[in-house]
Amino acid sequence: MNFFLETLIGGLLAGTLYSLVAIGFVLIYKASGVFNFAQGTMLLFAALTFVSLREQGLSFALALLLTVLVMIVGALLIERLVLRPLVNRSQITLFMATLGLSFIIEGLAQGLMGAQVRALDLGIEDVPLFVGEIMISQFDLIAAGVSALTVAVLALLFNKTRIGVALRAVADDTRAALSLGINLNRIWQIVWAVAGVVGLVAGLLWGARQGVQFSLSLVVLKALPVLIIGGFTSIGGAIVGGLIVGAAENLAEAYIGPLIGGGITPWFAYFLALIFLYIRPSGLFGDRIIERV
Amino acid sequence: MHATLKRRLAAIGLALGACAALVPTVQAANEQFFPLATYRVGAYASSGIPVWAGMIDYLRYINEVEGGINGVKLVWQECETEWTAEKGIECYERFKNGLNGAPVAVYQPNGAPAAYALADKAEADRIPLITLGYGRTEATDGRVFPYNFPAMLTFYSEASAFINYVAEREGGLDKLKGKKIATVYHDSAYGRETQGPLALLAQKYGFENIQIAVADPGNEQAGQWRQVRQLKPDWVFLRTWGVSTPVAIKTAARFGYPVERIVGDIWASSNEDVLPAGEAGKGYLALTPYPGGADFDIHQRIRQHILDTGKSDLKDPKSFGSVYYNSGLVNAAIAVEAIRTAQQHFGNRPLNGEEGRWGLEHLDLNDARLKEIGFLGLMQPLRLSCSDHEGGGAAKVQQWDGQRWNLITDWVQADRATLRPLIDAKAAEYAKEKGVTARDCAAQ
Repeated sequence: MNFFLETLIGGLLAGTLYSLVAIGFVLIYKASGVFNFAQGTMLLFAALTFVSLREQGLSFALALLLTVLVMIVGALLIERLVLRPLVNRSQITLFMATLGLSFIIEGLAQGLMGAQVRALDLGIEDVPLFVGEIMISQFDLIAAGVSALTVAVLALLFNKTRIGVALRAVADDTRAALSLGINLNRIWQIVWAVAGVVGLVAGLLWGARQGVQFSLSLVVLKALPVLIIGGFTSIGGAIVGGLIVGAAENLAEAYIGPLIGGGITPWFAYFLALIFLYIRPSGLFGDRIIERV
Repeated sequence: MHATLKRRLAAIGLALGACAALVPTVQAANEQFFPLATYRVGAYASSGIPVWAGMIDYLRYINEVEGGINGVKLVWQECETEWTAEKGIECYERFKNGLNGAPVAVYQPNGAPAAYALADKAEADRIPLITLGYGRTEATDGRVFPYNFPAMLTFYSEASAFINYVAEREGGLDKLKGKKIATVYHDSAYGRETQGPLALLAQKYGFENIQIAVADPGNEQAGQWRQVRQLKPDWVFLRTWGVSTPVAIKTAARFGYPVERIVGDIWASSNEDVLPAGEAGKGYLALTPYPGGADFDIHQRIRQHILDTGKSDLKDPKSFGSVYYNSGLVNAAIAVEAIRTAQQHFGNRPLNGEEGRWGLEHLDLNDARLKEIGFLGLMQPLRLSCSDHEGGGAAKVQQWDGQRWNLITDWVQADRATLRPLIDAKAAEYAKEKGVTARDCAAQ
């Protein structure tokens, strides 16, 4: 029983990290209907910028602040140079644009800051804590706390500010929002900037665990099943989806893995997502699309 | 319109002229071509960049200080593979006929996917492949694989050297009985390669052989290390690659498994593997056929003639003497020495693939020769032959202290005699499947 509980708790905590990555996708998808393929490389770029600034001797706080500024400037540039010229184009066109963007950011990041692996020390010890006989990771616990805080800040932004109301209006009905005078370009700038900052938080937590390097951009692979399960348009869905994926893949690795040769973590989440697609194609909390024929 | 066309043609002409000016003038008559299949971009760029620096620095050293190999100058050109099979094949096809008349004597695919994909092609084209620390283990049997050279340390030997090191630590091979030894491996052809030899050695010495797979890319391993914690193995053999290594080390620490009981394999033994692990990596052990360190004789020579004169390919001087940089040196030295050996037979001139193979099959790098070329201690004695394309079969064990690797053993030799029947059986199976008639080495 202890083993089961430990696996379950560990999985749920790991799931919060998946949620954080998935939220970056949700933000942009909600505001523009675009699946941002470049979210992974934005995460890599943010973490790489932060580490490079730290290597220059900047303090943690200053490096963090400057990285946030870099991500905001990056969002403004993306909106101005990539999205605005493609406004009113089909979703697949915008998706392809983000695909190209991901390669550009990836190349730029490695070209400007180098391809070598960097260590990232956030000052959080990755040591086991014991509650009775159940082991919990201190790092996962703190990472879950940071994720919860990020979600709380986003909830405040969306629900308690004028910008948030405008964002929700665009998400609900873009044309109606435009007719009310909401500046769509400004909304896109804000959303991409927020997604960049969320990417920074995710990049720092994942980077602290595995080092800051190219493969950091691959953590988005974990976000896709989370989005399918939770829904592409709901931040709450991303959180629940992340928890489900984290718990399910850890339990599966522990109980099913040994029966079929192990190493099932990466594909089990997709297997689960496939089942959800059969049962609930829009995900647990996603908007159901109803079209008049 | 006509003027525009003229301007464009003039611009193209100028551009071509500029390109031609950038390409060094080639006098192919007395030049040997070294094709460099590199990966400077993509997921594994951080591993590759220091390797190419080591290779290029050594080739440059041979040219600048020794005047080439017996007067034959070396020329090289890079081709980006991104560590993929398809681009690896593309590069091989581009390079196999040489460069401006300078022939290819040996080819290094630099990546397991390309090595597997090129194995048959190289046989057909009669170009020897050197796959140091990767590639097909059964290619050790040169009777069946005349043009494949998994030189120095195959995955089988690596597994055996690991078991011999554990035995050394436990007080003898007889003390292995009843021990639990887990292998946490990258779930790929590379990772699964040691399952056969470890099963054989487990049977021979009576230890419990536990195999735990980590699927690519391996950036989340809680499930695997929870299993390790539950099974409580005495030792863990870590056979990961890329990001899965630092994640494994950090996750092991998170689950309270002592890092000084984990021994990484050749592809989990670099600075890039342990640096991201930070404090958790202190005490981590790793097997390597090319240990880290910049105090070997060859480093003094390269520092003096290449590094200090600003001719190094190394962008980050901190990587001088890193495990990957040293692997580049060792790879380049084997190729250079094979050509030197072949020149003794064919004359001091550029050589083709068949002649390169002859050089490899007669390569004998003993301690005296290693001392002469500055590689004593960095490289094990290596003697290849028609029937043995591996040679060596030993590794040193190094330990990470948080800043650098420290060698804690001399060469730990694999039990190659025990493993050879497994290799012969696999080679025979391949020969049967492909209709290959094994060479008679006595007639060579």
